[in-house]
Amino acid sequence: MPTIDDRSQSVSGSLTSGTNRKWIDSVYIGAITTMSLALMTLVLAIGCALLWQSMPAIKALGPGFVTGHEWDDATGKYGSAAFLSGTLYSSGIAILVSVPISICSAIFLAELAPKWIRLPITFLIELLAAIPSVVYGLWGIFVLIPLLRDKVMTPALASSTIGKTPILKSLLTGAGYGPSMLAAGLLLAIMITPFITAICRDILLAIPTMQRDAAAGLGTTQAETILKVVLPSAAPGLIGAVMLGFGRAFGETMAVTMVIGNMTPNTPDGRSVALFDPGYTIASAMANKFTEATPGIATAALIELGLVLFVTSMLINFFARSLVRLAARRIAA
Amino acid sequence: MTSLASTPVLFQRRVLNALFQALCGICAVIAIAVLGYVLWFLFRQGITYFKPSFFTRLPDNVNPALGGIKHSILGSVSILGIALGISIPIGILSGIYQAEANGKLCQIVRFLTDVLNGIPSIVIGLFIYAIWILPYAQKHPGQGYSGIAGGAALGIMMIPLVMRTTDEMLHLVPQSLWDASLALGTPRWRTMLFVVLPSARNGIVTGIMLALARVAGETAPLLFTVLGNEFLGPITGPVDALPLRLYKYATSSDPVQNAMAWSTALTLILIVLILSILARFLTRAGKRS
Repeated sequence: MPTIDDRSQSVSGSLTSGTNRKWIDSVYIGAITTMSLALMTLVLAIGCALLWQSMPAIKALGPGFVTGHEWDDATGKYGSAAFLSGTLYSSGIAILVSVPISICSAIFLAELAPKWIRLPITFLIELLAAIPSVVYGLWGIFVLIPLLRDKVMTPALASSTIGKTPILKSLLTGAGYGPSMLAAGLLLAIMITPFITAICRDILLAIPTMQRDAAAGLGTTQAETILKVVLPSAAPGLIGAVMLGFGRAFGETMAVTMVIGNMTPNTPDGRSVALFDPGYTIASAMANKFTEATPGIATAALIELGLVLFVTSMLINFFARSLVRLAARRIAA
Repeated sequence: MTSLASTPVLFQRRVLNALFQALCGICAVIAIAVLGYVLWFLFRQGITYFKPSFFTRLPDNVNPALGGIKHSILGSVSILGIALGISIPIGILSGIYQAEANGKLCQIVRFLTDVLNGIPSIVIGLFIYAIWILPYAQKHPGQGYSGIAGGAALGIMMIPLVMRTTDEMLHLVPQSLWDASLALGTPRWRTMLFVVLPSARNGIVTGIMLALARVAGETAPLLFTVLGNEFLGPITGPVDALPLRLYKYATSSDPVQNAMAWSTALTLILIVLILSILARFLTRAGKRS
């Protein structure tokens, strides 16, 4: 297979040999290089711009912004700890619910399903990954929340057995009027399932058939082949896919804002594990507080929230991409 | 066979195998059932107001049920037009760079584009707000929001997607085509413009349409940039957009507006689905020819 290197050599060869229109080629190369440099600058500019506009808040609040949990315009206190824990909690619920289902569905699509059923289901899953989050939010408000309130929260709060069970006691409790951490976590799970399934399926399909054949030749069952041969070599890629899904859930704004209730839990440190309590995430706090933010430090603090989101999502994506790349290299080797 | 199947160990393995297969099948069914339930609800509820007048009228203050979302549709179309205008040149040119060049810079740009693709959409909106709208609003309070700023935010989100497909499609063009053109003494830019790009055209158009479908429903970046508008406004000021209208109607306490939210959602979904399905047909047509 001819590689890109061959091509670039032949291209540069034709360039140096010289044509009378060489200057147009220079313009062409200049134009594509400039655009790439502009793109590079843009990513760096996003970080710099957020840093620049959040400077007033960084100067005034210092580390209190990360450690504090109160967000009050009246007292001028802006702390993001409660939002950060809310973000981690809701994304964590989403991952816990969606990962087993996504990976099993991906195994089904890549390994088990009959050929004729694979294409339509794959097509459907890709379409579902394209549904805008605000539409999921609408469904969350009018279908998921009433369902959870009537079928889960009210019975759970009334039940006496849950009130005595050690762990469930602190989890299945809270205000229970609908918009809640539970609703946000489940809705996020529904949203990221098609996304994680699609990536996992691609990774499984990239594992060479030879490995499966070799295992089958030793007399393993299909389940043993998948669990002991296919999954171990796909593991880094699958973990990367899960992290990409986590990154999605982490920065998701609209659907969460619409179902999470947008209230800091009423505890001393603004944190709560109660699933039926409303909560806040970084992104939903930004979307909600933006309209009422006064110019000056309140706005700067909101932009600093954006900076926190930018940096964390960059770190998550960096690790996820490295893992997916590592998996690809291992499969190729 | 029968004597083997009666071995306890083998029997156990077969049962475990069947259980595993069933588990995976059930998970796939659950995933599809839940997602199908979402879609089914959307079509059932959205059909109420889904009629021509809903698309050709502005909101009606006297009789809300007779109002429509014309201003949101027009707003969305113009915002997406601006997003296309920004992302197509930057995306395609830097995609060409990825296919032509090789080296450190190329890898750095590719990595940063991946990063850009993973940044939450609300952060992109906040970026436009921080460099464009906030400085303007500090001089002219209450102003600065515009459809153009919203288009810029969506355009930035589309760039990585357009760049990636351009790069991939150019790599699919057979090496012999590049070589043949260059061997005739055709300069590099003519080879790209008249030989390579035309044969990758369908794939690139598909990529652009999928990118458009992805940003068409984005709401968060528009919150800080176009603000929304109850009326038909010029693109240089606050305008309305379908996802913003949907958000407003969904969180409103008026039942008529709630019902209209479902129809707005149906409209938005149909736009996204039509773009995705058209893109897919285009790829298939391209493969056949």
